Amino acid sequence: MADLSCKIAGIDSLNPFWLASAPPTDKKYNVVRAFQAGWGGVVWKTLGIDPPVVNVSSRYGAHHDQNRRLLGINNIELISDRPLSVNLQEIRECRKEYPDHVIIGSMMAPIEERAWKDLAQQIAESGVHGIELNLGCPHGMCERGMGSAIGQVPEMVEQVTRWVKDAVDIPVFTKLTPNITNILWSAEAALKGGADAVSLINTVNSIISVDLDSMVPEPMVDGKGTHGGYCGSAVKPIALNMVAEIARTPETRDLHISGIGGITTWKDAVEFMALGSNAVQVCTAAMIYGFRVVDDLIDGMSQWMDDKGYTSVEQFTRAAVPQVANWNELNMNFDTKAVINPDNCIECGRCHIACEDTSHQAIAMNVKEDGHREFVVIDEECVGCNLCYHICPVPDCITMEPVKTDKPYMTWPEHPLNPMRQAAE
Amino acid sequence: MTILQGKQVSKSGAIQGSGHIGHNDTDDGFSDLHPAYSTLQAMAESNRCLYCYDAPCVTACPTSIDIPGFIRKISTGNPDGAAKTILSANIMGGTCARACPTEVLCEQACVRNVSEDVAVEIGSLQRFAVDHLMARDELPHPFKRAPLTGKQIAVVGAGPAGLSCAHRAAMLGHDVTVFEAKAKPGGLNEYGLAAYKMTNDFAQREVEFLLGIGGIRIEYGKALGRDISLEALRDGYDAVFVGVGLGATNELGLPGEAFDGVDDAIAFIEQLRQTEPKSDMPVGNNVIVIGGGNTAVDAAIQAKRLGADEVTLVYRRGAEHMLATEYEQELAKINGVVVRHWAKPVAIKANGKLIGMEFEKTELRDGKLVGTGEKFEIRADQILKAIGQKIKADDLAGMEIAGGKIVVDENYQTTASGIFAGGDCIKSGEDLTVQSVEDGKQAAIAIDAFLKTA
Repeated sequence: MADLSCKIAGIDSLNPFWLASAPPTDKKYNVVRAFQAGWGGVVWKTLGIDPPVVNVSSRYGAHHDQNRRLLGINNIELISDRPLSVNLQEIRECRKEYPDHVIIGSMMAPIEERAWKDLAQQIAESGVHGIELNLGCPHGMCERGMGSAIGQVPEMVEQVTRWVKDAVDIPVFTKLTPNITNILWSAEAALKGGADAVSLINTVNSIISVDLDSMVPEPMVDGKGTHGGYCGSAVKPIALNMVAEIARTPETRDLHISGIGGITTWKDAVEFMALGSNAVQVCTAAMIYGFRVVDDLIDGMSQWMDDKGYTSVEQFTRAAVPQVANWNELNMNFDTKAVINPDNCIECGRCHIACEDTSHQAIAMNVKEDGHREFVVIDEECVGCNLCYHICPVPDCITMEPVKTDKPYMTWPEHPLNPMRQAAE
Repeated sequence: MTILQGKQVSKSGAIQGSGHIGHNDTDDGFSDLHPAYSTLQAMAESNRCLYCYDAPCVTACPTSIDIPGFIRKISTGNPDGAAKTILSANIMGGTCARACPTEVLCEQACVRNVSEDVAVEIGSLQRFAVDHLMARDELPHPFKRAPLTGKQIAVVGAGPAGLSCAHRAAMLGHDVTVFEAKAKPGGLNEYGLAAYKMTNDFAQREVEFLLGIGGIRIEYGKALGRDISLEALRDGYDAVFVGVGLGATNELGLPGEAFDGVDDAIAFIEQLRQTEPKSDMPVGNNVIVIGGGNTAVDAAIQAKRLGADEVTLVYRRGAEHMLATEYEQELAKINGVVVRHWAKPVAIKANGKLIGMEFEKTELRDGKLVGTGEKFEIRADQILKAIGQKIKADDLAGMEIAGGKIVVDENYQTTASGIFAGGDCIKSGEDLTVQSVEDGKQAAIAIDAFLKTA
């Protein structure tokens, strides 16, 4: 079994799987169960300045698929609603009882230097390995000038990071909100403020659904609903892009990244790490299935590493980053065509109708003498878009085969049809 | 034979083994063969549908129901919309969902058979949708009538073909009078399908629902040849549709056939369907069923469920030649019916009362079925004949009949102008409810065109 230990922002972890700051890390009881289940670390649910916040009843909305599998959750829960002293005492106990496991203290405060510094110092004294700055919650706390209200202003991100860095001597993770126009501005601000790592993404601002009987957005609180933070597998693509942008941009690439956003399977985790995450955080998958999901995360990643010959997670961390390019760097002379294997085809016709109605009319449907249907790609029409390949319900029935060509690698800036073409010289 | 296990045991568990059902609790033996889906089951199964384009299941359905379309509506939480999709193609979608041999129709064509060897249970989904809509009494009938044409159509027979024709004709704006020989409507839905396929008086509820379109009047106790004649109907109406089914049964041609205890299986099922509670239905201790079709299987299973000690189904050819589907044959065996192939009845044995039947073994010689000379006897106090039905030709003077069926053209018109026909009395496809519904629907459309040009 491959060694899954990793290091992020100078912190050693048994494995790259931490629970994100959220209800699953609300108190000692949960955290102990998480460590026993195999999680390498936790980011304790965000601590604020007393008096504790008060939460509403009815806190989650859901985005289901038609089989009632959860694709995403949105929540309107605020930060920890327990007294700071209770949380800190439990953190101390957990640190003592589970010395090999990582605990990061998440925190949030109004935009005042004293508030951030005092709270950060109190949390640091509890023995946490690091502090994560919650600058992301898109609901509730932002109306009080905290959470995403800070995270959406790069100058404030830098300022808060610097305050906390000045106040404590443990690693600081600045947690970024995706509810911005360009993640690099926030990441650069965190870097300038001295962050050891960035954690991303926090939840996506959202209204998840409307109850059509009462005409109230979900989750419903006595006849009213509000926007909340969206999480779960549905947000993974948004998070992957933001992680990759930070990892591949020269100005920010040195930041360590704690990847968050819909990680549900070991493959998701590997993808986050391949695109730049040094470790990952998980929340929704655990909320849906319990802490036991870490077993598959650990086992699946180890098996995969063994199969690939990797002996440490560092060997594949950021391995996909060099292949992330701007569109303008893609080869315009590359051509790929769909190929349908008739032996695997079950004749559902989905590839045909998708291509016929919405793409390039490149899949013919022929009825054979025996009444069976045959689907054939018309190479001259196929642009290699992959749509049929993705919608085919049978794995490996449709493959995308690159067309052999003698043409050179040619980008759009070099392309003869580009009116803004750069001179070849 | 895995069909049964996939379809039966896993889902319903309703087949109560091969046990003897005591006379006091026979009703339990006639509960739903396939219990209705819960919403949860319907959601799960509907999501197995791949929503095929130009789907093979639609082609396999004689009424061409848009199956992927209705299943998608179930999966999006729109079961009533699904029901309308079904009923717009097949107004008796509720009966067909219960009685169709889906294993040789839509479900046989399901592409899931190819990918994972288990079809989407289209029949159960169809029932879920139609039942959902029919349970909502507060809703108006889902279809509207076109502006009234003032044309009058006579329909002979309130079976699936006649009622389907009547409904579509009413939708098209015509007024319809249905003449039915029996006391109740529904035809074989009411009198012929196995009781465990049509529980809770479904045939009657369906007719009531269908009549909600308006413009249809049914006159009961009006038999063709006795109370009404085609000639008179043609004179009194703008068009006539004949959906009389097959009113007569084939004979064994053996001495003693009129003996007490020797019955037509179809009459046995008819009596059973009309008997409540089912424990009041008389049945022999040792029952022989002769035949190889679904009627034979239905009769045998129901005789067993009524409490017969031994039920033996005897068919003169092999299992592969039986018209009963593989699934139905398996169902018979699971219900404790002994099935004997390759034997034909040669004598009815009686000793003051019926005591049994003598059979001769058969074989195929040069493609011809012949007796081997080897004989055996099976004791019986009841013999049910299910060797096919035939048309009552006497009542149909004036139109050509060939091969035991009324001859119709591509527009369902008989050789008598203005008289159309459909259902089991014509040769359109299998003698199935679903085919009759299609015949009736298409005939109504043809009649509408006929009336516009007449």
